[in-house]
Amino acid sequence: MLVTILDVVIAGLLMGGIYALIAVGLSLQYGVARVLNISHGEFIMLGAFITWTLFTVFGINPLVSLAVCGPIIFIIGFILHRTYFNSLRISSPSPAAFEGNSMLAAFGLLFIIQNVAILIWGAGIKSYTYLAFPVNIGGAVFAANRLVTLGFAIAIGVAFYIFLARTRLGKAIRAAAQDPATAGLMGVNINRVLAICFGLGTLLAGLGGSLISMMISIQPTMGLEYTVIALIVVVIGGLGSIPGSFIGGFILGLVGSIVTYIEPGLTMVAYYLLFMLLLLVRPKGILGK
Amino acid sequence: MDIVRVISKRSFLLGLLFLILVVLVTAPLYTPGYFVVLASSVFMYIILTVSWTIFSGPTGYISLASAAFFGVGIYTSTILGEALPLPIVIGIGGLASFCLALLVGALTLRLRGIYFAIFTFGLVEILLHFILWWEVNITGTTGRVVPTVGNTTVYYAMLVIFVILMLTAYFIRHSKFGLALQSIGDNEEAAAHTGINVTLVKVITFAISAFFMGAAGAIMAKRWTYIDPKIAFNPLLSFMPVLMAIFGGMGQLYGPVIGAAFFTLLKEYLTTTLAKYGLGELYMLIFGIVLVSAILFLPKGLVGLIQKWWGQFRKRTSGEQHAST
Repeated sequence: MLVTILDVVIAGLLMGGIYALIAVGLSLQYGVARVLNISHGEFIMLGAFITWTLFTVFGINPLVSLAVCGPIIFIIGFILHRTYFNSLRISSPSPAAFEGNSMLAAFGLLFIIQNVAILIWGAGIKSYTYLAFPVNIGGAVFAANRLVTLGFAIAIGVAFYIFLARTRLGKAIRAAAQDPATAGLMGVNINRVLAICFGLGTLLAGLGGSLISMMISIQPTMGLEYTVIALIVVVIGGLGSIPGSFIGGFILGLVGSIVTYIEPGLTMVAYYLLFMLLLLVRPKGILGK
Repeated sequence: MDIVRVISKRSFLLGLLFLILVVLVTAPLYTPGYFVVLASSVFMYIILTVSWTIFSGPTGYISLASAAFFGVGIYTSTILGEALPLPIVIGIGGLASFCLALLVGALTLRLRGIYFAIFTFGLVEILLHFILWWEVNITGTTGRVVPTVGNTTVYYAMLVIFVILMLTAYFIRHSKFGLALQSIGDNEEAAAHTGINVTLVKVITFAISAFFMGAAGAIMAKRWTYIDPKIAFNPLLSFMPVLMAIFGGMGQLYGPVIGAAFFTLLKEYLTTTLAKYGLGELYMLIFGIVLVSAILFLPKGLVGLIQKWWGQFRKRTSGEQHAST
């Protein structure tokens, strides 16, 4: 019994780390760039497929390909914001109108990225085996890759938090999040900062995707599910708060593994119930302002 | 002089609408069977899009619950089966969605902007996954077969719903109620201060728009014949009305109609043409590209474009008149 509880709790925490990582990306895109990126999951999918390709075709270690995936996807995100979302931002009459427009714009992007991926990789399910040997934690047994991914997820999250808190660019990002107009007057290059933020969001999604591909099988249509999970985590933790995203990620991971243990078919229902209740009771999230 | 022109313009428009209606009513008599099937799909998207616009157009609340209301209609019709006559099934399907919308509307009043969109999207997913779980674990069967009615019956049912919907949309737009909606969209607090019962107006409109989506779902179930939760609560049907409405332009009543018709026909054209060359999968990609370009280059939709061209045309012709006198 005790081992079962331990099993469930650890499984929840292991998944929670990934959830947190992809939620931080989404939170950053909405919190600073004001884009509710419905296509977030597509960048997760891209990260997963690039890693898969590098591993199966070139035999590159998935952990090494994090360093390849990250920059590629960052550049895609940066350029997308520079061209697509920024021109929308300029043509939108008000910030509220931009939020609606950019959500739809991201939806159009979802179509394109997903279908390009299907053209390149086919619609089938793909997987590879990496670090799949069992590890025993106090009686509960897990694949080593789950532990490694959790470690990387936390490390990336912490590194990112330090980047925002300590560096000059991080300060500019936080200023732009609070008040873009004033930040612009203080000499922050707003267009550049927003594009960097969007790029960092896609970067985190891509890294999350790389990590996911080490543990579970992947397919080009996997994105929307992760977008939805990221959205839920962001709402639980509070928009724009990185510690909030981590708390939310672990909560959702735990809820997920508990419900999966009791009744696997109801996992998504439980996620949504939690999410809708929270929206009604505390729409700002646990750590939201 | 001007009054005469306005009146004649109006009676001309009424005559044109009447003519279109006559053509649509008699169409099944002289067109191939394919037309009726295609037109039913076009009507389905038009109904979803126009009813979405009734609520979300003036208020600016982006609702992604369309698939939920549509799906509730489908399931009502599936469960009722052949027990009741068709018009009553359609009515009950609409009413079921109407009630759901009242409930959801009352719950989500505090949510604004993007939170409302996320919540309504959650509604679709929660219904989908719950019914899926219910069918797998409680009833033990996934999916149901629906007793069919003829394609022509579906077509006429869609046409009736469409006409009632357009009349409703027209009257809401040109009434005090519509003005109240508009002012909620412009500034909700100010609207409340001028004595508009903001809550009531929003919830009622939301429910009216849901009624038509549910009704469309109830009749569409009869044509699709096989229904499972993933077909009934397809999240794509939540996004399509939004895109179609924006593509058509929400400034005029006919905007969403044009947008929905254009997209449905484009989809039909692309799937049939590309399939001939074995490129069936490409259609979603082309769809995405059309969408992205529409968002970028047509901020006011097709209607905006038509009005701009019309304005230029009028200017040029009136300029010529001035030059000649």
